Amino acid sequence: MRFDSLIESVGRTPLVGLPRLSPAPDVRIWAKLEDRNPTGSIKDRPALWMIEQAEKDGLLTPGCTILEPTSGNTGISLAMSAKLKGYRLICVMPENTSEERRQLLRMWGAEIISSPAAGGSNEAVRRAKELAAANPSWVMLYQYGNPANWRSHYETTGPEILADLPTVTHFVAGLGTTGTLMGVGRFLREHVPDVRIVAAEPRYGELVYGLRNVDEGFIPELYDESVLTTRYSVGSADALRRTRELLAGEGIFAGVSTGAALHAALGVAAKAVKAGERADVVFVVADGGWKYLSTGAYEGTLDEAEERLEGQLWA
Amino acid sequence: MAIEVRIPTILRNYTGGAKAVSAEGATLDELISNLESAHPGIKERLVDQGNLRRFVNVYLNDEDVRFLGGLGTPVADGDTVTVLPAVAGG
Repeated sequence: MRFDSLIESVGRTPLVGLPRLSPAPDVRIWAKLEDRNPTGSIKDRPALWMIEQAEKDGLLTPGCTILEPTSGNTGISLAMSAKLKGYRLICVMPENTSEERRQLLRMWGAEIISSPAAGGSNEAVRRAKELAAANPSWVMLYQYGNPANWRSHYETTGPEILADLPTVTHFVAGLGTTGTLMGVGRFLREHVPDVRIVAAEPRYGELVYGLRNVDEGFIPELYDESVLTTRYSVGSADALRRTRELLAGEGIFAGVSTGAALHAALGVAAKAVKAGERADVVFVVADGGWKYLSTGAYEGTLDEAEERLEGQLWA
Repeated sequence: MAIEVRIPTILRNYTGGAKAVSAEGATLDELISNLESAHPGIKERLVDQGNLRRFVNVYLNDEDVRFLGGLGTPVADGDTVTVLPAVAGG
């Protein structure tokens, strides 16, 4: 494969079968390897689409400053594109995110404004909105509400999956901005009768929810409940266990949020076996494990790893 | 056996600080009413005009009840119900 620049090489990622973790010959699980994008995560797709849409709309012109609330991967993707396209990038990021993410952001030239750990990404969103209001010349792409986010998956990720696996019955992905699920979900629903769209939502330690008032929670503007078939909450213990199983059983070294998606994928696959139905379950490997090595997710017992992950935003 | 209900930090002032409490009922609605009788005030924080509050997520054995049947979702002994505020990802 040949491309004119790194930016051109976003997407067209492999879809690989999991022969050892699939529960039956006619109930198969497939991994969409989004870590094979230029900066190593699925966020390269929405980041590039949001920037190019803003350019088309005349919002972004050379020398502009981009502002974005992000727990990491979107920021890293934006940083790469911003570097190549000549924009300044400021990321508002919760302080309880891994050191690797911060180093990567700085490496690509992004500036980081930290938001408090308590409250997680909600707090980063709130801070970014304040900064955007105070600095009208900055362009906030706002992944949680920017339609270019879900469009990137509707136009690329979804069609890639259908082309590689026309027999797909289930699509499972992590729920964050909801862009992946909304975009792939809408595309597959238009082309695959009865396709099941399943969200795996990370359930963090208590610190992240600690100060949240139930009256001031956050739901991304992109979220449309009607696109989903169902939604599972996956705790860090299950996510870690599945992340390790994926590595031990299939050789795939993925980040912790991928373990959460795999957990939900194995759950729906088990239901299909029980119901005597055939299934081709696609789940998203959102990124590789590299950025999480310092969290200790891959070392020692599961209990130790879970303890180390307490209070961290791992998705 | 009863149904275990996991309470988020922000609502533990209604449960005397308990992280998890037991309650009974055949549906989620009944369960929450039963919870209310033991922990007055909590129902109003979860339910508004007959629906779950917008920023409250409730999971039955880790599955979002909004996709199961909302407040009418059947529950049974041995189930675990988890209440969480909605948070952002990404």
